[in-house]
Amino acid sequence: MTEFTPFASLLGGALIGLAAVLLMAVHGRIAGMTGIVSGLLVPQGDWAWRAAFLAGAVAAPAAIVAVLGPAAIPFESLVPLPWLAVGGILVGIGVTFASGCTSGHGVCGLARLSPRSLVAVITFMATTGITVFLVRHVFGGF
Amino acid sequence: MARVLFALLAGLVFGTGIALAGMVNPAKVLNFFDIAGTWDPSLAFVMGGAVIVTAIGYRFVLRQPRPLLDTTFHLPTNRRLDVPLIAGAAVFGIGWGITGFCPGGSIPALGLGQTSAVVFVVSMVTGIGLARLARHVLTTGGASRTA
Repeated sequence: MTEFTPFASLLGGALIGLAAVLLMAVHGRIAGMTGIVSGLLVPQGDWAWRAAFLAGAVAAPAAIVAVLGPAAIPFESLVPLPWLAVGGILVGIGVTFASGCTSGHGVCGLARLSPRSLVAVITFMATTGITVFLVRHVFGGF
Repeated sequence: MARVLFALLAGLVFGTGIALAGMVNPAKVLNFFDIAGTWDPSLAFVMGGAVIVTAIGYRFVLRQPRPLLDTTFHLPTNRRLDVPLIAGAAVFGIGWGITGFCPGGSIPALGLGQTSAVVFVVSMVTGIGLARLARHVLTTGGASRTA
Protein backbone atom coordinates (compact mmCIF):
# COMPACT_ATOMS: atom_id res chain seq x y z
CA MET A 1 0.00 0.00 0.00
CA THR A 2 1.25 3.50 -0.81
CA GLU A 3 -0.57 6.69 0.05
CA PHE A 4 -2.42 8.54 -2.74
CA THR A 5 -0.61 11.90 -2.99
CA PRO A 6 -2.35 14.02 -5.66
CA PHE A 7 -0.98 17.41 -4.57
CA ALA A 8 2.64 16.35 -3.97
CA SER A 9 2.61 14.36 -7.21
CA LEU A 10 1.12 17.23 -9.21
CA LEU A 11 3.68 19.66 -7.76
CA GLY A 12 6.51 17.16 -8.31
CA GLY A 13 5.34 16.68 -11.89
CA ALA A 14 5.29 20.45 -12.41
CA LEU A 15 8.92 20.61 -11.19
CA ILE A 16 9.88 17.85 -13.64
CA GLY A 17 8.25 19.99 -16.34
CA LEU A 18 10.11 23.09 -15.13
CA ALA A 19 13.43 21.20 -15.40
CA ALA A 20 12.51 20.11 -18.94
CA VAL A 21 11.67 23.70 -19.96
CA LEU A 22 14.90 25.00 -18.40
CA LEU A 23 17.05 22.45 -20.25
CA MET A 24 15.35 23.34 -23.54
CA ALA A 25 15.55 27.10 -22.96
CA VAL A 26 19.23 27.10 -22.03
CA HIS A 27 20.75 24.06 -23.78
CA GLY A 28 18.15 23.31 -26.44
CA ARG A 29 18.01 19.73 -25.17
CA ILE A 30 15.26 17.22 -24.47
CA ALA A 31 15.24 16.31 -20.75
CA GLY A 32 15.19 12.58 -21.44
CA MET A 33 17.09 10.43 -18.96
CA THR A 34 17.77 7.76 -21.60
CA GLY A 35 19.46 10.17 -23.99
CA ILE A 36 21.38 11.98 -21.28
CA VAL A 37 22.79 8.75 -19.77
CA SER A 38 23.41 7.13 -23.16
CA GLY A 39 25.36 10.17 -24.37
CA LEU A 40 27.81 9.68 -21.52
CA LEU A 41 28.63 6.06 -22.45
CA VAL A 42 30.62 7.21 -25.46
CA PRO A 43 31.69 10.64 -24.16
CA GLN A 44 31.97 13.35 -26.78
CA GLY A 45 32.49 17.09 -26.53
CA ASP A 46 29.19 17.63 -24.72
CA TRP A 47 29.68 15.31 -21.75
CA ALA A 48 29.94 18.08 -19.11
CA TRP A 49 26.31 19.27 -19.16
CA ARG A 50 25.09 15.65 -19.14
CA ALA A 51 27.23 14.79 -16.10
CA ALA A 52 26.09 18.00 -14.37
CA PHE A 53 22.40 17.20 -14.96
CA LEU A 54 22.87 13.67 -13.55
CA ALA A 55 24.82 15.03 -10.57
CA GLY A 56 21.98 17.43 -9.81
CA ALA A 57 19.35 14.70 -10.18
CA VAL A 58 21.21 12.51 -7.67
CA ALA A 59 22.16 15.33 -5.30
CA ALA A 60 18.64 16.76 -4.85
CA PRO A 61 17.06 13.72 -3.10
CA ALA A 62 20.29 13.20 -1.14
CA ALA A 63 20.14 16.79 0.13
CA ILE A 64 16.43 16.55 1.00
CA VAL A 65 17.01 13.38 3.04
CA ALA A 66 20.09 14.89 4.69
CA VAL A 67 18.09 17.91 5.87
CA LEU A 68 14.64 16.46 6.56
CA GLY A 69 15.51 12.85 7.37
CA PRO A 70 14.85 9.60 5.47
CA ALA A 71 11.08 9.73 6.10
CA ALA A 72 10.84 12.79 3.82
CA ILE A 73 11.18 10.60 0.70
CA PRO A 74 9.37 7.24 1.03
CA PHE A 75 11.16 4.37 -0.72
CA GLU A 76 10.19 0.71 -0.88
CA SER A 77 11.42 -2.02 -3.21
CA LEU A 78 10.47 -5.64 -2.59
CA VAL A 79 12.00 -6.86 -5.85
CA PRO A 80 14.88 -9.36 -5.33
CA LEU A 81 18.26 -8.18 -6.63
CA PRO A 82 18.52 -10.75 -9.47
CA TRP A 83 15.17 -9.55 -10.83
CA LEU A 84 16.30 -5.93 -10.52
CA ALA A 85 19.30 -6.89 -12.68
CA VAL A 86 17.09 -8.63 -15.26
CA GLY A 87 14.63 -5.74 -15.28
CA GLY A 88 17.42 -3.17 -15.50
CA ILE A 89 18.94 -4.83 -18.56
CA LEU A 90 15.49 -5.01 -20.21
CA VAL A 91 14.89 -1.31 -19.46
CA GLY A 92 18.31 -0.37 -20.86
CA ILE A 93 17.79 -2.34 -24.08
CA GLY A 94 14.20 -1.16 -24.48
CA VAL A 95 14.77 2.56 -24.00
CA THR A 96 17.76 2.51 -26.36
CA PHE A 97 15.78 1.01 -29.27
CA ALA A 98 12.75 3.17 -28.40
CA SER A 99 15.04 6.26 -28.22
CA GLY A 100 13.43 7.37 -24.97
CA CYS A 101 11.64 6.55 -21.76
CA THR A 102 9.11 8.07 -19.37
CA SER A 103 10.90 11.44 -19.32
CA GLY A 104 11.93 11.76 -22.97
CA HIS A 105 8.80 10.33 -24.60
CA GLY A 106 6.36 10.58 -21.68
CA VAL A 107 7.01 14.21 -20.72
CA CYS A 108 8.98 16.03 -23.44
CA GLY A 109 7.60 14.05 -26.41
CA LEU A 110 3.96 14.26 -25.38
CA ALA A 111 4.41 17.98 -24.67
CA ARG A 112 5.64 18.38 -28.28
CA LEU A 113 2.65 16.33 -29.52
CA SER A 114 5.08 13.84 -31.10
CA PRO A 115 3.24 10.87 -32.65
CA ARG A 116 6.29 8.64 -32.03
CA SER A 117 6.21 9.51 -28.34
CA LEU A 118 2.47 8.89 -28.09
CA VAL A 119 2.90 5.43 -29.63
CA ALA A 120 5.85 4.71 -27.32
CA VAL A 121 3.96 5.82 -24.20
CA ILE A 122 0.83 3.80 -25.04
CA THR A 123 3.03 0.76 -25.75
CA PHE A 124 5.14 0.89 -22.58
CA MET A 125 2.21 1.76 -20.33
CA ALA A 126 0.39 -1.29 -21.71
CA THR A 127 3.30 -3.74 -21.30
CA THR A 128 4.11 -2.34 -17.84
CA GLY A 129 0.49 -2.86 -16.76
CA ILE A 130 0.42 -6.40 -18.16
CA THR A 131 3.75 -7.22 -16.49
CA VAL A 132 2.61 -5.90 -13.10
CA PHE A 133 -0.62 -7.90 -13.39
CA LEU A 134 1.28 -11.09 -14.26
CA VAL A 135 3.90 -10.62 -11.52
CA ARG A 136 1.42 -9.76 -8.75
CA HIS A 137 -1.76 -11.62 -9.60
CA VAL A 138 -0.65 -14.62 -11.68
CA PHE A 139 2.79 -15.45 -10.25
CA GLY A 140 1.98 -14.27 -6.70
CA GLY A 141 4.29 -11.22 -6.52
CA PHE A 142 7.68 -10.69 -4.90
CA MET B 1 30.84 27.02 -17.20
CA ALA B 2 27.37 28.61 -17.35
CA ARG B 3 26.17 25.64 -19.42
CA VAL B 4 27.32 23.23 -16.71
CA LEU B 5 25.77 25.30 -13.89
CA PHE B 6 22.39 25.55 -15.66
CA ALA B 7 22.45 21.80 -16.37
CA LEU B 8 23.21 21.18 -12.69
CA LEU B 9 20.28 23.45 -11.76
CA ALA B 10 17.96 21.62 -14.18
CA GLY B 11 19.12 18.30 -12.68
CA LEU B 12 18.46 19.55 -9.15
CA VAL B 13 14.93 20.68 -10.09
CA PHE B 14 14.34 17.38 -11.91
CA GLY B 15 15.56 15.29 -8.95
CA THR B 16 13.47 17.32 -6.50
CA GLY B 17 10.41 16.86 -8.70
CA ILE B 18 10.95 13.10 -9.05
CA ALA B 19 11.38 12.76 -5.27
CA LEU B 20 8.36 14.94 -4.37
CA ALA B 21 6.20 13.21 -6.97
CA GLY B 22 6.95 9.76 -5.53
CA MET B 23 8.50 8.56 -8.81
CA VAL B 24 11.63 7.66 -6.87
CA ASN B 25 9.65 4.97 -5.00
CA PRO B 26 9.32 1.72 -6.99
CA ALA B 27 6.45 0.45 -4.82
CA LYS B 28 4.42 3.60 -5.56
CA VAL B 29 5.10 3.37 -9.29
CA LEU B 30 4.10 -0.31 -9.40
CA ASN B 31 0.91 0.46 -7.46
CA PHE B 32 -0.14 2.88 -10.21
CA PHE B 33 -0.29 -0.08 -12.58
CA ASP B 34 -1.96 -2.41 -10.08
CA ILE B 35 -5.56 -1.41 -10.69
CA ALA B 36 -6.65 -4.92 -9.72
CA GLY B 37 -4.82 -4.62 -6.38
CA THR B 38 -3.31 -1.79 -4.31
CA TRP B 39 -4.01 0.97 -6.86
CA ASP B 40 -2.39 4.39 -6.30
CA PRO B 41 -3.38 6.88 -9.05
CA SER B 42 -0.66 9.42 -8.08
CA LEU B 43 1.45 8.77 -11.20
CA ALA B 44 -1.32 10.21 -13.39
CA PHE B 45 -0.93 13.52 -11.52
CA VAL B 46 2.85 13.42 -12.02
CA MET B 47 2.49 12.93 -15.76
CA GLY B 48 -0.30 15.51 -15.96
CA GLY B 49 1.65 18.21 -14.11
CA ALA B 50 4.85 17.51 -16.02
CA VAL B 51 3.28 17.42 -19.50
CA ILE B 52 1.18 20.58 -18.96
CA VAL B 53 4.11 22.66 -17.65
CA THR B 54 6.44 21.36 -20.39
CA ALA B 55 3.88 21.96 -23.15
CA ILE B 56 3.28 25.56 -22.04
CA GLY B 57 7.00 26.23 -21.53
CA TYR B 58 8.03 24.66 -24.86
CA ARG B 59 5.46 26.80 -26.73
CA PHE B 60 7.28 29.89 -25.55
CA VAL B 61 10.86 28.55 -25.66
CA LEU B 62 10.70 26.93 -29.11
CA ARG B 63 9.44 30.21 -30.59
CA GLN B 64 12.85 31.73 -29.80
CA PRO B 65 15.50 31.66 -32.57
CA ARG B 66 17.89 29.58 -30.46
CA PRO B 67 18.49 28.42 -26.87
CA LEU B 68 20.31 30.79 -24.53
CA LEU B 69 23.63 28.91 -24.47
CA ASP B 70 23.67 26.89 -27.70
CA THR B 71 23.43 27.66 -31.39
CA THR B 72 20.43 25.44 -32.12
CA PHE B 73 17.63 23.36 -30.57
CA HIS B 74 18.50 19.65 -30.62
CA LEU B 75 15.10 18.18 -31.45
CA PRO B 76 14.43 14.61 -32.64
CA THR B 77 13.95 14.43 -36.41
CA ASN B 78 12.90 10.78 -36.77
CA ARG B 79 9.14 10.65 -37.51
CA ARG B 80 8.79 6.93 -38.28
CA LEU B 81 6.53 4.68 -36.26
CA ASP B 82 8.83 1.69 -36.74
CA VAL B 83 9.59 -1.68 -35.16
CA PRO B 84 12.50 -0.50 -32.94
CA LEU B 85 10.26 2.18 -31.40
CA ILE B 86 7.39 -0.16 -30.60
CA ALA B 87 9.42 -3.25 -29.69
CA GLY B 88 11.81 -1.13 -27.61
CA ALA B 89 8.95 0.55 -25.74
CA ALA B 90 7.35 -2.86 -25.12
CA VAL B 91 10.58 -4.31 -23.69
CA PHE B 92 11.11 -1.17 -21.57
CA GLY B 93 7.62 -1.67 -20.11
CA ILE B 94 8.36 -5.27 -19.15
CA GLY B 95 11.49 -4.15 -17.27
CA TRP B 96 9.62 -1.24 -15.67
CA GLY B 97 6.82 -3.60 -14.62
CA ILE B 98 9.25 -6.07 -13.03
CA THR B 99 11.25 -3.47 -11.10
CA GLY B 100 9.17 -0.28 -10.68
CA PHE B 101 12.24 1.69 -11.80
CA CYS B 102 12.31 3.80 -14.96
CA PRO B 103 15.50 5.67 -15.96
CA GLY B 104 14.25 9.04 -14.69
CA GLY B 105 13.19 7.54 -11.37
CA SER B 106 16.25 5.38 -10.80
CA ILE B 107 18.97 8.04 -11.14
CA PRO B 108 17.52 10.25 -8.33
CA ALA B 109 16.98 7.05 -6.29
CA LEU B 110 20.78 6.68 -6.26
CA GLY B 111 20.80 9.76 -4.04
CA LEU B 112 18.87 7.81 -1.41
CA GLY B 113 21.74 5.33 -1.16
CA GLN B 114 19.51 2.34 -1.91
CA THR B 115 21.27 -0.88 -3.00
CA SER B 116 18.30 -1.76 -5.22
CA ALA B 117 18.73 1.50 -7.16
CA VAL B 118 22.45 0.85 -7.64
CA VAL B 119 21.83 -2.69 -8.93
CA PHE B 120 19.11 -1.41 -11.26
CA VAL B 121 21.16 1.50 -12.66
CA VAL B 122 24.28 -0.63 -13.25
CA SER B 123 22.12 -3.20 -15.09
CA MET B 124 20.29 -0.49 -17.05
CA VAL B 125 23.56 1.11 -18.19
CA THR B 126 24.78 -2.37 -19.20
CA GLY B 127 21.57 -2.83 -21.21
CA ILE B 128 22.01 0.55 -22.90
CA GLY B 129 25.59 -0.40 -23.83
CA LEU B 130 24.55 -3.82 -25.17
CA ALA B 131 21.72 -2.29 -27.22
CA ARG B 132 23.96 0.40 -28.68
CA LEU B 133 26.48 -2.29 -29.65
CA ALA B 134 23.72 -4.45 -31.17
CA ARG B 135 22.24 -1.51 -33.07
CA HIS B 136 25.68 -0.59 -34.35
CA VAL B 137 26.32 -4.14 -35.59
CA LEU B 138 22.84 -4.29 -37.16
CA THR B 139 23.28 -1.03 -39.06
CA THR B 140 26.90 -1.46 -40.16
CA GLY B 141 27.21 -5.23 -40.28
CA GLY B 142 30.00 -4.85 -37.73
CA ALA B 143 32.30 -3.37 -40.38
CA SER B 144 33.56 -0.51 -38.22
CA ARG B 145 33.63 0.53 -34.61
CA THR B 146 32.96 4.23 -34.76
CA ALA B 147 29.69 4.40 -32.80
